[in-house]
Amino acid sequence: MALSKLNFNSLNLTPVAGKGIGFDSGADDLEASFSSGSMTFIKKLTASSDGTLSFVNGASDVVLDSTYKEYLFTFNNMHPATDSVNFYVNFSIDGGSNYNVTKTTTWFYAYHDEADSTTSLEYNAGLDLAQGTGNQPIMENIGNDNDQSGSGFMSLYNPSSTTFVKHFTAITQDIIHANYTENAFIAGYCNTTSAINAVQFVMESGNIDAGTITLYGIN
Amino acid sequence: MAISKFNYNSFNVTPVAGNTLSFNSDADGFTTKGASAMVLIKTVTASSSSTVTFVNGTSDVVLDSTYPIYRFVFTNCHPSANGPYFQVNFRDGSTAYDATKTSTFFAARHSEDDSAAALAYNASNDLAQGTGDQFIDGFGINNDNDSSISGELFLFNPSSTTFVKHFIVNTSGHFPASHNFTAGYCNTTTAIDGVEFSFQSGNIDAGTIKLYGIADS
Repeated sequence: MALSKLNFNSLNLTPVAGKGIGFDSGADDLEASFSSGSMTFIKKLTASSDGTLSFVNGASDVVLDSTYKEYLFTFNNMHPATDSVNFYVNFSIDGGSNYNVTKTTTWFYAYHDEADSTTSLEYNAGLDLAQGTGNQPIMENIGNDNDQSGSGFMSLYNPSSTTFVKHFTAITQDIIHANYTENAFIAGYCNTTSAINAVQFVMESGNIDAGTITLYGIN
Repeated sequence: MAISKFNYNSFNVTPVAGNTLSFNSDADGFTTKGASAMVLIKTVTASSSSTVTFVNGTSDVVLDSTYPIYRFVFTNCHPSANGPYFQVNFRDGSTAYDATKTSTFFAARHSEDDSAAALAYNASNDLAQGTGDQFIDGFGINNDNDSSISGELFLFNPSSTTFVKHFIVNTSGHFPASHNFTAGYCNTTTAIDGVEFSFQSGNIDAGTIKLYGIADS
């Protein structure tokens, strides 16, 4: 005998596209108003003396395609093996074979030291790119004392578009080697109409000693 | 007669662990969806409150290693006094909100009469190994009925006993319009288990502050 299963129209409620099914506010009926998964966890990578951390669409459960219009990377306590190094991002259009997409970017930051001797809010032309293919810094001069690290997040918009360049924005906060706090704002675009299908993070030199990078899809 | 109940495999969809049952994009079938990675933990509604606090393990608040990142969202926090700064502090091992902090503060502002607009660092609002409250707005909030401050604060890995605790804040104030950027770290390797919001003087007359956990699994 064929197994009979409930279909979408078997329930006593009006179906609503994309909505989850839950109980109503009185807990005495069903309703289709539940929005499940507007921010969806995709993948977490935990560094342990790694040269690079890479997210490649289709590899190791990573989704980085048209499934989501926005992808969010969070960085938690990125700790370098080497003292006073930048933390970089780069992008790939060939599944991670090459991380060398052309980028034009901006970088500005505020910083302040523990001794209260220096404060600044400034643009840093040494950390931006103008049609560069190299790595883009998203944290600067992270210290490698045991308690030093950098955290923050980066959004990548519509990476699968074959019409538009690919915008990204990042806000990071780190403690630099000389005991400064530094709040950096990075933005720009990958100047390509090819789909971005892999993203890689790396320290300027030495390994990523510790830290986690988590990828989310945003509906 | 025994009631017949539906089970996980009663629906015409392939079950996926940890997902919920949803209608598909055409509303003509079932699909499964992952739960949101951003989980509401607690909403506190101010009502002439001198402080609003979130303490791990108290009043259903979770502020520990359960989540690697916590997000506070403040909406329409309205002061009882006229012109106090909105501020935050953290507790690190005692009941006092006095974690040592080093921070940056800068803001953009623009007046309604278009007479002033600026973007500048404000050294009066940052901290250098200070234990006092951290201002998270730059110009004070007036107490006109329609005036308030809103924004968000991200706290990274507060339960770590290895690293300092980074935080990033951005807020939008009123009168003048202001966009305020605060960031820094609690310079401690003791876990942060409580966060407190207040105005520099007077009460938080009204407003809501929500705490979310951002899951990484």
